[in-house]
Amino acid sequence: MTVTRNETVDTATTFNASAATPALAAARLVLARDLRLAFRRPGEMLQPLVFFAIVTTLFPLAITPELSQLRVVAPGVVWVSALLSSLLALEFLYREDAHDGTLEQYALSGQSLTWLLFAKTASHWLLTGLPLAVMAPIAALALGVPVASVTGIVGSVAVGSIALSLIGAIGASLTLGVRRSGVLLSILTLPLAIPVLIFGASATSRAIAGEDYSAPLYLVGAIAVLGITLAPLAAAAAVRISLE
Amino acid sequence: MSTLGLRGEGLHLWRGDRHILRDVSLELRSGEVLQLTGSNGAGKTTLLRTLSGLVYPEEGRVLWAGEDIRKDLRAYHAQLAYVGHEPPLKTDLTPRENLRYWIGVRQRLTASDIDRALDEVGADEWRERAVRTLSAGQRRRVALAGLKLLAAPLWLLDEPTTNLDTAGQELVGRLIEAHAARGGMVIAAVHHELTLPTLVVRHMQLAAS
Repeated sequence: MTVTRNETVDTATTFNASAATPALAAARLVLARDLRLAFRRPGEMLQPLVFFAIVTTLFPLAITPELSQLRVVAPGVVWVSALLSSLLALEFLYREDAHDGTLEQYALSGQSLTWLLFAKTASHWLLTGLPLAVMAPIAALALGVPVASVTGIVGSVAVGSIALSLIGAIGASLTLGVRRSGVLLSILTLPLAIPVLIFGASATSRAIAGEDYSAPLYLVGAIAVLGITLAPLAAAAAVRISLE
Repeated sequence: MSTLGLRGEGLHLWRGDRHILRDVSLELRSGEVLQLTGSNGAGKTTLLRTLSGLVYPEEGRVLWAGEDIRKDLRAYHAQLAYVGHEPPLKTDLTPRENLRYWIGVRQRLTASDIDRALDEVGADEWRERAVRTLSAGQRRRVALAGLKLLAAPLWLLDEPTTNLDTAGQELVGRLIEAHAARGGMVIAAVHHELTLPTLVVRHMQLAAS
């Protein structure tokens, strides 16, 4: 019996568990891996952005080149295109990681899966949401909005896309087991994304009209905060189920 | 007692109407190697995934160091290395980068740790190439280097010798022996006999459902 106990102590020291990566460093590695992968094949990242650019430039051709009229529809055009392009980008969020066993290794890493998926969603936002927030005012300016409204547009799209990425993370994780998940993903995600669309577009149109847009922006912010706290938990639970 | 060891007690698992695991019990202590055999579809992978805590059995439980693994799954996972039949590698990254991210998420490691592990599995210039351009056997070797780096006492290996040449299969044997000699535990699902000259390997046959 004594022998066994000695062996146990030896084993415990051989496999030193104190070298575990701290949570913050682990999240940084997840982020770094995703960013590096994205820059190694930029096509995937550019696709939603190109889609956004195409849709927003098609509107003036279809409606009217009259700037005074375009200014009225600009918030809607920008926001609907942003929402659809973020849906397009969601397909890539977990798909490959699920396929090559990365999600499985995350789940078995001894780190909090919720935390690692939060880092993954953050990298997804950096790669899709942030560029969208940069492109949105350019598209809006082309639709004749005043330059003074640029801050409001960037702010509302940036905050709104955080909320959309997190809502999308829930949808993407729930549809991991489904083979052609595109349609199902949209049906699942869109109802949750509607409030973001309504308040985001409202903030943008107030910014364009030169009014105070803080109230709708705060509401979008509230949805984003709710997403930050709850969406990674839900995504982690869904990913665990998909791994069974 | 907190003796390091894995125990599966009366595991039952159904998939639809197929009863895959039928009252499977096993025990593994420090320094032991267990080889799972059984025809395709007999449930080797399912058993490994159940032992890893990824899959919930309908009945029975898995104990690690005398405690149900469900009590603290994360602490258990920190002690566990699971390598499935596909190496968990990103094809657009090099073996070095892959190991840095895959293993680095779990434990601190330096670039020289990674290089040493890659040396050990016989990686030469191809450690700088994208995994996409590597052969299946080379990918498998990268996964073995990852296994080598993980400071986990329990290894659950699903077909670790797939796609490997004779030298590679001997390498798997050497890694397992070294691991067992350090007091580690290995459960491996393998079709053919492992080449482990210095070890007594226990066998477990899973019957096809």
